Amino acid sequence: MSEPILEINHLTTSFRIKDEHYAAVDDVSLTVNKNELLAIVGESGCGKSALAFSIMRLHNRAKIEGEIKFKGQNIAGFNTSQLNALRGKDMGMIFQDPLTALNPLMMIGDQIGEILLIHNKNLSVNKRKGRVIELLNKVGIPGAEHVYNQFPHELSGGMRQRVVIAMAIANNPELLIADEPTTALDVTIQSQILDLMKELKEESQAGVILITHDLGVVAEMADRVAVMYAGQIVEIADVYTLFENPLHPYTRSLLNSVPTANEEQSKLHVIQGVVPSLQNLPREGCRFSARIPWISESAHEKNPVLHEVSPGHFVRCTCYKDFHFPDGQKEEHNHVIS
Amino acid sequence: MWKFTLRRIVTMIPQVLLLSIIVFILAKMMPGDALSGMVDPNIDPNTIAEKREALGLNDPWYQQYTRWLGGVFQGDLGQSFHFKMDVSELVWQRIVNSFWLSLLTLVLTYLIAIPLGITSGRYNDSWSDRLITGYTYIGFAMPIFIFALVMLWVFGFYLDLFPTGGSVEPGIEPGTFEYIMSKIYHMLLPALSMALITTVSTVQYLRSEIIDTKQKDFILTARAKGASESRVYNRHILRNSLLPIAAFLGYEITGLIGGSIFIENIFGYPGMGQLFLNSILLRDYSVVTALVLLFGILSILGALLSDIILSLVDPRIRIK
Repeated sequence: MSEPILEINHLTTSFRIKDEHYAAVDDVSLTVNKNELLAIVGESGCGKSALAFSIMRLHNRAKIEGEIKFKGQNIAGFNTSQLNALRGKDMGMIFQDPLTALNPLMMIGDQIGEILLIHNKNLSVNKRKGRVIELLNKVGIPGAEHVYNQFPHELSGGMRQRVVIAMAIANNPELLIADEPTTALDVTIQSQILDLMKELKEESQAGVILITHDLGVVAEMADRVAVMYAGQIVEIADVYTLFENPLHPYTRSLLNSVPTANEEQSKLHVIQGVVPSLQNLPREGCRFSARIPWISESAHEKNPVLHEVSPGHFVRCTCYKDFHFPDGQKEEHNHVIS
Repeated sequence: MWKFTLRRIVTMIPQVLLLSIIVFILAKMMPGDALSGMVDPNIDPNTIAEKREALGLNDPWYQQYTRWLGGVFQGDLGQSFHFKMDVSELVWQRIVNSFWLSLLTLVLTYLIAIPLGITSGRYNDSWSDRLITGYTYIGFAMPIFIFALVMLWVFGFYLDLFPTGGSVEPGIEPGTFEYIMSKIYHMLLPALSMALITTVSTVQYLRSEIIDTKQKDFILTARAKGASESRVYNRHILRNSLLPIAAFLGYEITGLIGGSIFIENIFGYPGMGQLFLNSILLRDYSVVTALVLLFGILSILGALLSDIILSLVDPRIRIK
């Protein structure tokens, strides 16, 4: 059943800040299977977008170490032209902000057509146009013939995101990376776009990496979830396990900070502090310890590693065993999955 | 769009009228007039006074102005006191020379600016970029009349490669191939001198546009499509960066007018700029007013042209 499309082993992506390299993605290993939707969750600055960009190798000044195995090939060592053959063909990417992700001076049809042209130079102009119209229909854009000749500024945000999706799926990629595809959209449009993505995934059997900070979206969409904190994966499990039995303090805090509508909640849980910046990140010990100061030092591992607590459920550090919320705050049970 | 253009032209009318009043008053305020100093000193002062009276030079300015304006509406810009010919005829001769010089300057400006701007923007912070930016700083700092003098001295006198004055070799039959070549040959050095200086703002502008566009999200989209580096540059970055440059063209024309005044005087090129400065010195203010008015109209038209070009090349801007 599980046929891996993408296998990442010990991936470290570091950026140079004043002559020193700082890892934004630190020793991440994960796999994505065919027809599987892996959600990567974490707050802003935890390295989830950096991870997504590393997989497509879109960073131009980052140092990438480790292995990115796509369909058995390690693409971490690929040169640009080898990568270009993969990008947009076998791997598609959906960007966060559809308002800026489209070239303002190119017609919609030309922008989608370009990705077809790049990977198939022999496609005739008419066939290409036919395929673009087909794609526009597929992503649910009404009046595809008309939209073909429109410019991005003439479309609404939701429509533009559909165009971006049409572009990403144009060559039936086997891996689709969606970097917060619904963050810039309003709620009603969000659910339409998510439904569309789900549909397309089922149809194409592609592996999908969905990057988000919206736990509602995760519950709705994901098969498996990886929780990232400060460049590391702190917990990874299938979606049911993660929501029913979250273990890592960070995961539990995240779930606890989602407001619920049905229960009278006294006070919303807030995770203290912010994700430390790249330069100030502690490189030793449990990276989350600074944000749960009421947990004693001895609960943390010196060099936290991922522990497999049940098949397929990994948790970093041992501090989850002793974790409790600060005095008086009880853990709310959020039934995000119903 | 025609409606917009028409509206802009209509709103030009009060601007030009106001401009003409200011220009007229300023010309009148210059000390002396065409009759002072230019005529034979032995002539009886009474005769000069009579002549002044007859020409209406003693009337209050608004009377002179309305008289002049009435003439302008009939296509009569008055008489040049110095050249003793119709101003419109005089200006027309010069306008043609200035037009060709400006056109050549404009072409050279873009021929220099586009490759330099692209290199500088694409490989920013490289050695070639530093070299080009260094050149633009020198260009900004260098007054055009000093640079033109240096060029004239080096290429005109010292190396003797170019003629140092005039717009054509005397004694050549107009209309022949030789005549045209001689014209271009005479224009080359002044045009190049001006282009080398005026181009620096366009180089800088293009450079910063390219650097700016490089970081746009849609460039990432293009890369994620698998577009090659050259495709990313030619299809996405360049087109988006050249757009404001194209729109800048109208204002470039305005800049050329200012530059040509210096250039034409230094190179002794018989164009509007030279005529303008000479007319001021000769107190030939029917010519001065006509020329300033013309420069003013050209500037306003340049701004209009910029707006129209922008609306043509940028799909986001559509003039209704």
